[in-house]
Amino acid sequence: MSLLKVENLSYSYNKGTSMEKNAVKNASFEIEQGDFIGIIGHTGSGKSTLIQHFNGLIRPDSGRIYINGEDIWASKERLHQIRFIVGLVFQYPEYQLFEETVYKDIAFGPGNMGLGKEEIDARVREAADFAGVHPEYLESSPFDLSGGQKRRAAIAGVIAMRPQILVLDEPAAGLDPHGRDRIFERIKNYHKKTGSTVVLVSHSMEDIARYAKKVLVMNQGGIETFDTVENVFSKAERLLEIGLEVPMITRVFMALRARGIDVPPDVYTVDYGRSEILKLLEREGIKHA
Amino acid sequence: MLKDITIGQYYPGKSILHRLDPRMKMIMTFVFIVALFAASNKIGLAVGAFIVIIAYACAKIPLKFLMKSLKPIIPLVLITSVLNLFFLTEGNALFRFWIITVTTEGISFAVVMSVRIICLIAGTSLLTYTTTPIALTDAIEQLLAPLKKIKLPVHELAMMMTIAMRFIPTLIDETDKIMNAQKARGADLETGGPVKRVKALVPILIPLFVSAFRRADELAIAMECRCYQGGEGRTRMNHLKMKLIDLWAGLFILACLAGVVCINIFL
Amino acid sequence: MQESAILKTEDLKFRYNRGEEPADAPWKFVLDGISIEIERGSFVAVLGHNGSGKSTLAKHFNAILLPESGKVYVEDIDTADESRLFDIRRAVGMVFQNPDNQLVATVIEEDVAFAPENMGIESKEIRQRVDDALKSVGMYEYREQSPAQLSGGQKQRVAIAGIIAMRPDCIVMDEPTSMLDPRGRREVLGTIETLRGRYGITVVLITHYMNEAAMADRLLVMNEGKIILDGKPLEVFQNIDLIKSIGLDVPQSVELIHKLNREGLNLRTDILSADDCADAIAEYFLKNRPASGCKGAAYMRVLK
Repeated sequence: MSLLKVENLSYSYNKGTSMEKNAVKNASFEIEQGDFIGIIGHTGSGKSTLIQHFNGLIRPDSGRIYINGEDIWASKERLHQIRFIVGLVFQYPEYQLFEETVYKDIAFGPGNMGLGKEEIDARVREAADFAGVHPEYLESSPFDLSGGQKRRAAIAGVIAMRPQILVLDEPAAGLDPHGRDRIFERIKNYHKKTGSTVVLVSHSMEDIARYAKKVLVMNQGGIETFDTVENVFSKAERLLEIGLEVPMITRVFMALRARGIDVPPDVYTVDYGRSEILKLLEREGIKHA
Repeated sequence: MLKDITIGQYYPGKSILHRLDPRMKMIMTFVFIVALFAASNKIGLAVGAFIVIIAYACAKIPLKFLMKSLKPIIPLVLITSVLNLFFLTEGNALFRFWIITVTTEGISFAVVMSVRIICLIAGTSLLTYTTTPIALTDAIEQLLAPLKKIKLPVHELAMMMTIAMRFIPTLIDETDKIMNAQKARGADLETGGPVKRVKALVPILIPLFVSAFRRADELAIAMECRCYQGGEGRTRMNHLKMKLIDLWAGLFILACLAGVVCINIFL
Repeated sequence: MQESAILKTEDLKFRYNRGEEPADAPWKFVLDGISIEIERGSFVAVLGHNGSGKSTLAKHFNAILLPESGKVYVEDIDTADESRLFDIRRAVGMVFQNPDNQLVATVIEEDVAFAPENMGIESKEIRQRVDDALKSVGMYEYREQSPAQLSGGQKQRVAIAGIIAMRPDCIVMDEPTSMLDPRGRREVLGTIETLRGRYGITVVLITHYMNEAAMADRLLVMNEGKIILDGKPLEVFQNIDLIKSIGLDVPQSVELIHKLNREGLNLRTDILSADDCADAIAEYFLKNRPASGCKGAAYMRVLK
């Protein structure tokens, strides 16, 4: 039984008006326990709409969503629980901070779960640690933190619910490379240590390539492919066709192939690219120092 | 759900009413309100209702659109009618039941009041339906310009209105986003008593205020960078111009007012 | 002073917290002795991580902030001269990060008209400037719509038009793409290219994206309030280790060449684009292939 199963899901905005827009069209896929999934697609491809179905913020027009084999829309009480099983981190999550202290803000989710004080305390500290919020900041106001710290505090607020699936929408939006790497390293570490499932929504192929194991590519509300990172990148031309940006290194290797050099099509990291070139030199018998 | 608010909306069109000078439209609306309250009998009021119907026909605004804006005032109309029906007990009794007496005068007064309220709302809505917000603020700024002499910050008020209108959709959007984010953390906004519900708003209102202040701050800097120094020395791209048609429209509404007054005196 | 410098700073120092400073921990300088000259008509990118001081520097270019010590000149006007504030603002237009928070009016063309109206320009001339500015950013068809209906990239283009309508000599953009998706980013970058072609306007682009920085004629890299690298993007990116050590990236093409050269290859390093990078590698294969290499024909295509 898969952890999350989406079956023939469809949803459109502005139903019944001339502005009706199909946001998600007949999507079906399954996510297993422990997966690290990247969801990618151009703006308006339905990524954000899709993930808001995972925790029942949006009710599908048709189709079903199962968590641990259970239809999340089966009962209202269950739906409330689903919010804690699927932890959703929105874009620019720092805008949701509201409490007097970082500690209280991280405790908001666990508090809504009706947990005891000690349990909440343990979870807040654990989540702060995973997200990289330094303990000394727990008692300061979230509004005094820097941009990157705020973002990590907000992510801790979701991790503290100990969700089985952590869904993050563009967690690195607007951050510089260092801030971006720090957040992703934290997420990767969290995934490795807890073994929980992570779904990462991003515009950036480079980030997805670096962290995800499987990629779900969305195009015009439909699912274009759902496959391993290597297989998805081996069709780089198709990705460019549907308005996505592939990593620069992938474009370098596309250009090499176009120049008749026999390199593989699925290169998406610099180190992989380097070793492929070195292998080719070896094969061709070209010596280098 | 927050996006369904329709009062004060602009309905794009190219009718005579759309093309009239917004200042004239504001004056006309004002005269119309005076006429509506001056009308003391049914004939006078019928004239008022007639003007509204003609104006809507001219502006080509669909009935459905009008109904949407009238919906919120239906309870008000009903309550005033019922109160008039029951408490106006003098005159020709139509029937009595327990302590309630319904008279023909009561009925006629209730009808007059309902028609008056509906005409008032429909008539004033027409102003916002046929005038863009920006034209409306321009008109307010210019009509109130004489008040600058008594140190009323007319330009600042108009600028505040413009900015408010510019940011309402942005903040509505933001509210939706924040609500979803808190719901995702298990915030329960739909159940519980009034106290609990008000408390549940805190996680939404605080981020909203923080964000509004941040936006205000950034906007202020951006405006300064675009050489904004208040109303002094400022020119406009589009000047409001009164045309012949505006004059005729003004004369028409004045004639209507005069007509209503005459009806009051002679009928 | 150099004749063509449009912006100039002299040992510019700045701190946000002034007043009483604790003796043991003096306030840190956000800008710590910046001396640069920006040439008229050039396209300069300022690259740095968050907190490197790049946005603070940008805010000095049109007197939103004034130096604590040192000088900033805009077309030879000292920005500390309050009586010339209006001239400074008119010469240097600013575009900010959040496209939503810089649009004032509810109709796009009214928004673009905002600055010229403030400048007291006559209405016919405003009309002309507004139409021209909207056309140059490709938003003329939308002129009567409300900004609320636009995408982030479109809003940012309207914001740029609003600045262009001032006819400034220089436009400073403070991370204009960091809140945009890839499409919006492409739109804005395309607009910058168009403006440079059309008006020859000086552009200062503050960014933390290397691919954007690579577009510029000149690249300044900032760290800890200082300018640590200054030169053509191609030259600057050769300092891979230094750039990475301050939390920034270099283009993957440069990184690949660099890593291969560390393995003992001697590829040429004057490359930036993916195509140039592929050319450099292909040339290497061609030059070093064994005499009997049967794939020579394929490599030949490279050199045409």
